[in-house]
Amino acid sequence: MLVFDNVSKVYAGGKRAVDRLNLEIEEGEFVCLIGPSGCGKTTTMKMINRLVRPTEGKILLNGENLLDKNVVNLRRSIGYVIQQIGLFPHMTIRDNIALVPRLKGMPAEERYRRAEELMELVNMPKEFLDRYPHELSGGQQQRIGVLRALASDPPLILMDEPFGALDPITRDSLQAEFKNLQQTLGKTIIFVTHDMDEALKLADKIVIMRAGKIVQTGSPDEILRHPADEFVEDFIGKERLAQARQQLQTVGQIMNPDPVSVGMGETLSQAVRLMRKRRVDSLLVTDGAGVFRGWVTVEMIDRHKNWDAAVADIMETDVPTVRADTLLRDATRNILVRGLKYVPVVDERKQLAGILTRTSLVDVLYDSVWGDAEDESSGLPADGEGA
Amino acid sequence: MDSLQNFFSEYGILLLEKTWEHLYISFAALALGVIVAVPLGILLARLPKVAGLIMGIAGIVQTFPSLAILAFFIPLLGIGKVPAIAALFLYSMLPILRNTYIGVKNVDPNLLEASRGMGMTAIQRTVRVELPLAVPVIMAGIRMSAVYLIGWATLASFIGGGGLGDLIFDGLNLFRPDLIIGGAVPVTLLAILLDWLLGRLERTATPVGIRMEREGA
Ligand SMILES: Nc1ncnc2c1ncn2[C@@H]1O[C@H](COP(=O)(O)OP(=O)(O)O)[C@@H](O)[C@H]1O
Ligand SMILES: [Mg+2]
Repeated sequence: MLVFDNVSKVYAGGKRAVDRLNLEIEEGEFVCLIGPSGCGKTTTMKMINRLVRPTEGKILLNGENLLDKNVVNLRRSIGYVIQQIGLFPHMTIRDNIALVPRLKGMPAEERYRRAEELMELVNMPKEFLDRYPHELSGGQQQRIGVLRALASDPPLILMDEPFGALDPITRDSLQAEFKNLQQTLGKTIIFVTHDMDEALKLADKIVIMRAGKIVQTGSPDEILRHPADEFVEDFIGKERLAQARQQLQTVGQIMNPDPVSVGMGETLSQAVRLMRKRRVDSLLVTDGAGVFRGWVTVEMIDRHKNWDAAVADIMETDVPTVRADTLLRDATRNILVRGLKYVPVVDERKQLAGILTRTSLVDVLYDSVWGDAEDESSGLPADGEGA
Repeated sequence: MDSLQNFFSEYGILLLEKTWEHLYISFAALALGVIVAVPLGILLARLPKVAGLIMGIAGIVQTFPSLAILAFFIPLLGIGKVPAIAALFLYSMLPILRNTYIGVKNVDPNLLEASRGMGMTAIQRTVRVELPLAVPVIMAGIRMSAVYLIGWATLASFIGGGGLGDLIFDGLNLFRPDLIIGGAVPVTLLAILLDWLLGRLERTATPVGIRMEREGA
């Protein structure tokens, strides 16, 4: 939808604020531009609504060079939210929200209806429409700032640290609310921030900038998992990285890769011998190709008198499994909620890859959730090894 | 009491006539001042480089003795109301110009950035954002100017412009304190009345949202 092609901005005085920037933004994407103060985020953003003119390179919006467009119409078709909010103090909330539709010549009745619709969308009382900006709290004002940007239903919205000046609690709720809104409405958002937590929370794509250049582009997970260099690592912060590593651990990373398994064709007596030797009370069953098929427990064997029967005859086949490349955080809930003691881990060809025990899961969880709070008695009992 | 009655019966009509002339000269100058200084002030707010120079010149003109300015217009425009109005107009400009310039200049730059970013044209920005927000300051300048003008307009009499100055200068020439007072008191009353009226107007002209914000409602 939006393409930066080798774009630079040199300010009068020679400051190269943006330096040969290449970036592609897809429709419906939530993109966060992030980086230290002065790295050129705002300049990059303002080139999109032509508040700043690129010195070199070109920016294409839906394939068309921005500079070929009528600047006033262009701006009216792009939402714009700034940190200082910028509501007009001499206009009611209603007139503030309905401003761009008014500039575009929408009749009063229609644009006021639009203002009411938008208030409903964020669950704000309609009485607010008759008030003036100074009668609202900062958080409420910025909600209106966002609605104002949405008023003419632009496909693209630019936001320059919109929640930066709000208190943390208000900021949190506005972030959540806005992310929801964006997903519902399917808008493309370009969002400038210097707050990594904010970017991680909101972005589909994070663009990390430094001194006018892009250092790394990627999804929050990608950036957390593979920070491009030391700068990015520092910028993310050691603490957050450590936490993220845990969050982004896969099942494969913490599973026991050497589960005790038995072939489908083996007899029960062979199975029992194996259990005794390896001191486990159950076995995972695989076929000749190593594909996981089910399991047998010592109770199941005990119930069956004929120990010459094959494992395949009595094994339980309806067993939940988990893929080795599943993120731990996604697997955890399932396992804990279902009260499973362990789960067989399979690879993409359904071959048995390992086993994930409740104990190892609880260890990881304990570290990430309760951290060093050793003295706190956790509610999770540690089960013994399953296999 | 008697003498007051006598004064009015003898000079009442003249007093009304002179008051009318006085207001006429003052308002003509004020109207011209507003018409020229408000747009000029807006323009200067956009031209920071020129602004300093123009404001400086206007400031210097303001320090010229009033009589000198009045006299300066005689060779150009002769005597009578026209040169008087021209001279007073020059004087009235500065407070209006300065306040318009400051009022527009002080509009929150974030609001202007927002207006630009939202796609307002330059004219829309001026008419819908800068002017409404600068109105209180501009009105204060007009009010100040109007009050000064009522006082300065007495000098119009020197170059045959008429007004309440005629009474005062006749009184001075003829050693007639009653005429001096008869001219000076109405000038004072006019100034006070005008100040009050324009104060009301200033309030009315201020956008509701701004007024509420200021009054802490
Ligand atoms: N109008 C301007 N004139 C000159 N230099 C500017 C201007 N705007 C920004 N800069 C400089 O360009 C660099 C990038 O600024 P900016 O894009 O605002 O950074 P960020 O938003 O990432 O903090 C900074 O060094 C800043 O000082
Ligand atoms: Mg910035």
